[in-house]
Amino acid sequence: MKLSSSISPPPRRDDATAAIARPGCRALFLGFLQLGLSAFGGALPLAHRMLVEERRWVSADEFVELLGLCQFLPGGNVVNLAAALGARFRGVRGVLSALAGLLVVPTAISIALSAVYAHFQNNPVAQRLFDGLACAAVGLLIQMAFKLCQPVAVRPLLGGVALMCFIAIAALHWPLVWVFLIMVPLGMGASYLDRRFIGGVPEHE
Amino acid sequence: MNSQYDLLATLASLFGRLSLLSFGGVITVLPELQREVVGVHHWLTAQQFAALYALCRAAPGPNVLFLPMIGWRVAGLPGLLVCAVMTYGPPTLLAALTLKVWHHYRAHPGRKLIQSGLVPVTAGLVAASAALLTDSTAVTWPLAAIVALSALLALSTRLSPLWILLGGALLGLVLHA
Repeated sequence: MKLSSSISPPPRRDDATAAIARPGCRALFLGFLQLGLSAFGGALPLAHRMLVEERRWVSADEFVELLGLCQFLPGGNVVNLAAALGARFRGVRGVLSALAGLLVVPTAISIALSAVYAHFQNNPVAQRLFDGLACAAVGLLIQMAFKLCQPVAVRPLLGGVALMCFIAIAALHWPLVWVFLIMVPLGMGASYLDRRFIGGVPEHE
Repeated sequence: MNSQYDLLATLASLFGRLSLLSFGGVITVLPELQREVVGVHHWLTAQQFAALYALCRAAPGPNVLFLPMIGWRVAGLPGLLVCAVMTYGPPTLLAALTLKVWHHYRAHPGRKLIQSGLVPVTAGLVAASAALLTDSTAVTWPLAAIVALSALLALSTRLSPLWILLGGALLGLVLHA
């Protein structure tokens, strides 16, 4: 799994509140393996407990800052978190170890489940089971959307931008690139005005 | 043989593009993904797409697993590998490379502004994903009831998502008859 690529030295720790442990590749692999396997529907709360409280790879402040980066960048938040920590502690090999730990076993489990699905796809009884499962998964997605929209909806400007994004994608089927190019600047403008004139409190962190 | 390479190249460019656009997590690109996979390329039906998403939710691990799993369904192991590299590669590379810059600008007001500008966009996109997936799964009244019930339970209780998924599957078996 680990390529013999040049190992970039781990970034120096210049933070006074730096945490205690400095994991090697094996520890990164095992830590994220455990996280991946225990994460059902959202690994973030677990990630905080594991990284900050149990293994103490990062302090609580560092975790918030890292998470900010991982949520800001495209891609899965926890995958980005694993990559960022791997890079920080052990360079390229650390990234590969952390990602392999997080992803390989859950992928194998998903493949097994999808094989079961493919096998029983035309069986009417199993079909009902899978339909019900899919509906429950969509219900969970609605909950997630609700939780994200709640703090935004109470601020008219931000809520307006969110509503425009929703319409652009769900009703007008705009390509995502255009939505981002138009809506992110609008979102920044709305959030600036909201803070300046309506006196909003920051919605996260 | 050639068509297999064409397929993999199509997958690679699609997933590379989507992974770089997935600000706020992969859920935000679900509508675009569904449009390409179901509408444009006809690799899966809307029902299969929703079922695969559900299976990946039921399996442990991060949600983003769903993207490479489409590669697996469409083109087997080569598809899985190509899609995995294109899904995880660009964002994790960015994360690893921007760590120091991010730390350096931690107090810069511009950083806060960009971050907070993304918040309403992400919220709207996740809501759109939920609406579109509801549209393709809640096709009968009993199924719509399962969607609504699961959402209500998830919002109002601290029940583990796994129980909600299991309950949904069982209800599907009972109600759908």
